[in-house]
Amino acid sequence: MAVNAPAAPAARPRQVQRIRRHQWGSVLWSAARTPRGMTGLGLALFVVLAAVVGPFVAPNPPDALVTLAFGKPSGQFLLGGDYLGRDVLSRVLDGGWVLLVMAACATALGIAGGAAAGVSAAYLRGASDGIIMRAADVILSFPQIVFALLLLSLLGPQLWLITIAVGVSHAPQVARVLRSATLDLSERDFVKAAELQGMRPAKVMWKEILPNLVSPLMVETGLRLTYSIVIMAGLAFLGFGQPPPAANWGTMINENRDGLSLNPWAVIVPALLIALLTIGTNTFTDAFARVAIGVNRRPEEAALIDDLGQDSAE
Amino acid sequence: MAPTRSAASAGAHPIARLIRRRLAIGVVTLFLVSVVVFLATEVLPGNAAYAILGHNATPAQVRALEVALHLNRGLFDQYWVWISGVFTGNLGHSLANGLPVWGNVEPRIINSAVLVFVTGAIGALVGVTVGAIAALRKDGWFDHVTSVIVLAVTSLPEFVVAIALIILLSTVVWHVLPAVSLLAPGTYAWSQPELLVLPVATLVIVIVPYILRMMRAAMVEALESDYVEMARLKGVPEWRVVLVHALPNAIAPTIQVIGLNFLYLAGGVVVVEYVFNFPGIGQGLVNAVNGRDIPVIQFIVLILAAFYVVMNIVTDVIALLATPRRRIAR
Repeated sequence: MAVNAPAAPAARPRQVQRIRRHQWGSVLWSAARTPRGMTGLGLALFVVLAAVVGPFVAPNPPDALVTLAFGKPSGQFLLGGDYLGRDVLSRVLDGGWVLLVMAACATALGIAGGAAAGVSAAYLRGASDGIIMRAADVILSFPQIVFALLLLSLLGPQLWLITIAVGVSHAPQVARVLRSATLDLSERDFVKAAELQGMRPAKVMWKEILPNLVSPLMVETGLRLTYSIVIMAGLAFLGFGQPPPAANWGTMINENRDGLSLNPWAVIVPALLIALLTIGTNTFTDAFARVAIGVNRRPEEAALIDDLGQDSAE
Repeated sequence: MAPTRSAASAGAHPIARLIRRRLAIGVVTLFLVSVVVFLATEVLPGNAAYAILGHNATPAQVRALEVALHLNRGLFDQYWVWISGVFTGNLGHSLANGLPVWGNVEPRIINSAVLVFVTGAIGALVGVTVGAIAALRKDGWFDHVTSVIVLAVTSLPEFVVAIALIILLSTVVWHVLPAVSLLAPGTYAWSQPELLVLPVATLVIVIVPYILRMMRAAMVEALESDYVEMARLKGVPEWRVVLVHALPNAIAPTIQVIGLNFLYLAGGVVVVEYVFNFPGIGQGLVNAVNGRDIPVIQFIVLILAAFYVVMNIVTDVIALLATPRRRIAR
């Protein structure tokens, strides 16, 4: 799982300069052609395809009692039965898309909110900076899953609430990374030039600064997507997902683990799909970070080492 | 923490000033965290008593619960009653079983602390050792194998690791360890140490990749540095170069990552304790959220957040102390 690195200094601004506007498509493409990137993208696409096409090709309705409880795999039921005697294969095919949609929404929310907060904190400085970053500190003081559970204890496991909770818990970390990248950018000549032309601050941030932050934004999107999947599958596993008859990979692992010795496939297959998905998104993000930033190590490691003065002097 | 000491040592060593500043920020953050926890659970849309009892409750029941939760007082009063209770150990009673919250949660805190610190110690040792070896054999087969495993394992959810271990070691493949702990709530983990094995193993597998990767990166950096070059040219034996010159410099940034992993563990215990039915604070939180047991939720979330804030400060201070460049006044 992800270490939410509140104290880790963000990627150094010099990395920002590697990708100029409109080049990120080609960087994405060259990342996809590295062995790592290809593996990651392949794994993630395989799982996404299974989740998206799954509901249309499932042989049985996901909540129909069609076989024996924990029935062994057979020709008719390829993955056997679950704890109530529902078809595991159909439930697996049906149980991914809600998870994916929620993870994507939470990621989008976290990135948009975090980017807005981080860029304005760094560009506006002063009181807004202080307030935004103090608020970020407070949210960062909760482990992400604990923050989500705290909000869920209010209204119960509503899907929109889970999505918002996970999205909000991402925002401060995104904000920190983008704040430090913006701090450096906002001193540059092209920003100064835009300011001297009388451009409004909001427009400077949107037109001049944001397009130069594409690379850290994309790395963050990849990381946050992986973490969203991990946290949401974890919440579903704990019983905070769609209400019972619905299929969800996280829920399936929990409800079928009493029958592990009878029909292990009811647990192994959903666990494997979650694992392949998170490994896929993480590996692709890693490949992208290597190509975009051009260092043979992760941005957070580079930042930590630089910060601790181990790097050669600049 | 130390606002009282600050007057006495004002103008002292610059690093003392940095640490004091960090502590002050920590205290403010903790206060804001307590307010957030309080508001999130206390200011329900509608009435908390109705939310807990359901809409079929009689007015008398609602009234009794409102008094028990101090909902009949003003917001500031409610916060004051709660936060002073946190400091005096008088946290009220669980809504689920009527027992005092402190008595309910205290054994769980100790069990989780055992889990977290045993995991942290083993994880740090394994991560630093394997990371250093991978750096020494950079681009060899050992390095390649560990880097692939690390990349795969870093992104795995902890419950997937836990389920894999259960399948391997306690159900389908072999049957050598208990799959779930049968410890009654209120007993301590060390009464049956074999129950700690799988939860600790799961969390170690989850944290080692981060420590390992950091250690490897820092060690590679150190081995390529001028001072190691210098030591080698001087004719220092290779084992001494590695252990005395390179290792201490590589460990400094790694310590910070080890600290961050303790932060991660504060959240990681939630799912892992639930999987193994381990009677710790995380399992307690999941049960409490399921039962809308507000006093227990408030207290456990506050404990976890406080641990997070304190570990964060400890990590920052250690990083400050371990970095020569930072010891100089700015």
